[in-house]
Order: sequence, then C-alpha cells, then structure tokens
Amino acid sequence: MIDLWDGVVQALRLVAGLDATLTDIALRSLQVTLSALGIACLIAFPLAALLAVRRFRWRRTVIAVLNALMGLPPVVVGLVVYVLLSRSGPFGVLGLLFTPTAMIIAQVIIIVPLIASIAHQSLRDLWHDYHDLLISMNVTQGQKLRTLMWDARRALLTAALAGFGRGIGEVGAIMIVGGNIDNATRVMTTAIALETGRGDFALALALGFILIVMTVAINLAVHTLGRTEREGRW
Amino acid sequence: MVSALFPLIVTRAETRRGGKVLVGPVDLTLEGAGCTVVIGPNGAGKTSLLRLLHGIARCHAGRIEWQVDAAAARRAQSFVFQRPVMLRRSVAQNLAYPLAIRHTPRAEIAARVARWAEAVGLTAMLDRPAPVLSGGEQQKLALARALITEPELVFLDEPCASLDGRATREIEAILTRVAAAGTRLILTTHDMGQARRLADHVVFLHAGRVFETASAARFFDAPATPEARAFLKGDIVE
Ligand SMILES: Nc1ncnc2c1ncn2[C@@H]1O[C@H](COP(=O)(O)OP(=O)(O)OP(=O)(O)O)[C@@H](O)[C@H]1O
Ligand SMILES: [Mg+2]
Repeated sequence: MIDLWDGVVQALRLVAGLDATLTDIALRSLQVTLSALGIACLIAFPLAALLAVRRFRWRRTVIAVLNALMGLPPVVVGLVVYVLLSRSGPFGVLGLLFTPTAMIIAQVIIIVPLIASIAHQSLRDLWHDYHDLLISMNVTQGQKLRTLMWDARRALLTAALAGFGRGIGEVGAIMIVGGNIDNATRVMTTAIALETGRGDFALALALGFILIVMTVAINLAVHTLGRTEREGRW
Repeated sequence: MVSALFPLIVTRAETRRGGKVLVGPVDLTLEGAGCTVVIGPNGAGKTSLLRLLHGIARCHAGRIEWQVDAAAARRAQSFVFQRPVMLRRSVAQNLAYPLAIRHTPRAEIAARVARWAEAVGLTAMLDRPAPVLSGGEQQKLALARALITEPELVFLDEPCASLDGRATREIEAILTRVAAAGTRLILTTHDMGQARRLADHVVFLHAGRVFETASAARFFDAPATPEARAFLKGDIVE
C-alpha cells in the first residue's frame, strides 16, 4: 500500500530543506500558469464583455462554442499546439517547441474558454441591470465595456481563479509541448507524473501536497486581497 | 431660459414589444418651458411614453422630432427610472459617473458631487456602496445623478414613489428650483397632490393613448374626457 503519511513527511522535509530543484519546479509552475493566466484574462474579459453587450448575428453560436470549449481535452490542445510548433509545422521556425512559451500558449488556449464563459455569465447579468441607465447616459462602447468589467471585478476575479486552478493542475498539454525537460520545462504536475511513473510514490505525493498547498494559498491570498467575501455581492 | 431642444413634435409615434403596442400612436407637441406631468392608471403606458420620447425604447412607427439631431438631444437629457438603477459602486462614484464619462475635470466633479450630495441629503453616505442604500435613498441618489450634469430636459418616472412625506417635499423643492432655473421636466406620478403642485401641463394617458393634453389648471378644473374625470375622481377607468 502506498503510504500517504510518507508523502506528507517527505513533503515537509523537502519544503523545510528548501530543496533547490523543488523551488525551481514550483516557481516554473507558477511562472507558466500566471503568465498564461494574465494573457488569458486580457483576451477573455473583453471577449466576455463584448458578448454580453453586443447583439451580432453569431453571438449565440459563439457563446455555445465557448461553453463547449470549456471541456476541451488538454491532451488534444497539446497535440495541436505540438503540431503547429514542431519543426515542420507552420510556426516551426520560431523554435518554441519544448520551451515554457509553448506551455504558456497551450495553457492560454485551455483556460480562455473557461474564464470567458464564467465571466460572461456575470457580465451578462450586470448588463441586464445597467442596460437602460448606460444607454440613457449615452456611454460609448469602450466606456460601457470598462464600466461592466470594473463593476463586475469580483466576479472576474473568481473567473480568473477558476482559470488558475485549471492551469496549474493541468498536465496533458504541457507534458506534450514542454517535454518535461529537467531544468527547462519541468513543472509540478509533470514532475508528479514522472515520479509516479518511476515508482517513487512518496516523492510524487510530496510534490502533490505542495501543489495543493500552493493552489489553496494563492486562492486565499487573492480572496483576502480582493475582499471578495467580506464586502459581499454589490 | 428655454431649452433649444424644443418644441418637441411627436407624430403618430408608437413603441411595441413582442407585437404588443405599449404606447401609441401618440400625437403631442411640447414647448420648451415648465413641467409636464404624465398621469394615468397603472399600465396606461406612462413609463413606455417616457422611454419612447427619451429614445431608449424604439420608435416603431411615426416620428419624434427635436429641434436638434437625436444624438445631441439625448446628450442634453437624463432619465430617472421608476426602479432606481444603482451602479455597484459607492454613492460618490455613482454621482461622479455621468460627469466622468463626459471627461469633466476632477476638481469640478468633486465640487458638484459634494453640492448634489448635500442637496439630496446623502452627504453622510458618500462612501457607502449605493446598492445597500434604502429604496428612498436610492431614489434620491438617482435624482441627484440625473441632475448633476445640468441637463436641459429631465425625465422622471415616479421620482417620489418610495419617499416619505418629508423627503417628497424636499425632492419637490429641488424640482421646482431646477425648473425655475430653466430645466425642462417631464415626469409621471400617481400622487395627484404632487401633480397639482408641480405640473404646468398635464398629459393624460389611458390604455396606451393620449386622451388629453392641457394646462394643469384647465385639466384639474375641467377635464374634457369622461376617462380623465373618472380617473381624477378615483373611479376605475374602463
Ligand atoms: N418589456 C415589456 N414587454 C411586454 N409588455 C410590456 C413591457 N413593458 C411594458 N409592458 C406593458 O405595457 C403596458 C404599459 O406599461 P408601462 O410600464 O408603460 O405602464 P405605466 O403607465 O408606467 O404603469 P405604472 O403606473 O404601473 O408604472 C403595460 O400593460 C405593461 O404590462
Ligand atoms: Mg411606470
């Protein structure tokens, strides 16, 4: 039987010893996912706001596609990005395959639909409330989008956290496009997969615990800073 | 001072929703001074008429002609909704919003916010989130937010509906003051006392149609239609 306790003990030992490899891997995980998250938010928030306020012909279709893409299998995304970035692919000359940049690209594709879908729901509700007032005040399209995104900022933060959760825990796509290369593209999840494969369950578990603690800590920190709970819904 | 938007000429204007005519066809000419009060029973189409004139309900038939183009006309107007719409921001930010979108200088915004908060008695609540205000406080805020840009014309859809007697008098005093300063008011109310106190002209609406337009004195003394007479007597208008 795999001993969970061994995992916890080893996790504590690794953390206490500030193991250099571990720090390196953990920081790379954060770097890749936070970069992807930043880019994804820049795409997803305005997209969600536009979908909430603009009435264009394919709006419903775009929303349906976006919702469907939330369930996009990461492995398939990884595969497609791999093909695009591989030396014979259309973007092969950029030499991005097996770099953190490739991992960021894959993660952006995976989390944009999720963030945009969640953000769209709250922006749509807010627009329903604001519609008459903002139309009456003659706001420009840009002001409209900015007002909605600012006043829904707490909901957008929640959407971003959902994206972060999906990104940081994702393994299929980044394994393929990153290659899990030691000191270059190895992150928490791919390291866990590797150690599990090698049979070093205690180390894999230790990494797993640390990943969970990291994720929870970031969520708590964001909630505290964003005061999402204290000020409630207004 | 008479608003450059007027006279407003409405010719057989109509707005619909899902095939149903909400109000219209309406023929109406409004001059540029004073306070017009639109009255009529629930569901008569008062809100719909105001929205149609303001341009936030589509004009499906007929014409609504201002003396300036439609966009310029809308910029010179503001609207206080029957159900106040609160931006999810502080009271101060709600007041500042219409000025900020017009790129008013910061110092000017601060001065006007302070002045209007004072005018409606919300100075102590400037930092509170607007959505947690009471219904009456929200109505006062909505009124101040509509007046803060010094519009030429203000539509007010039952501006005192959830206010107590004292607040109603305060709001009426503000409305009388801005009207005296030349702001054109078009408002609806169910309070006939208020209609008598504020109105220069009355538009009586029933079942989506304008039944009567008259000066306030004429209308309240001698309503011309049986519907208006019944309405004023408090009878059910059929
Ligand atoms: N969006 C809508 N869709 C369908 N019907 C509507 C809509 N808005 C209003 N109506 C209907 O149009 C009619 C006129 O409504 P309106 O709100 O203009 O009445 P009102 O005179 O303002 O009434 P109240 O005194 O109750 O505020 C009503 O019968 C109402 O049910
Ligand atoms: Mg109404």
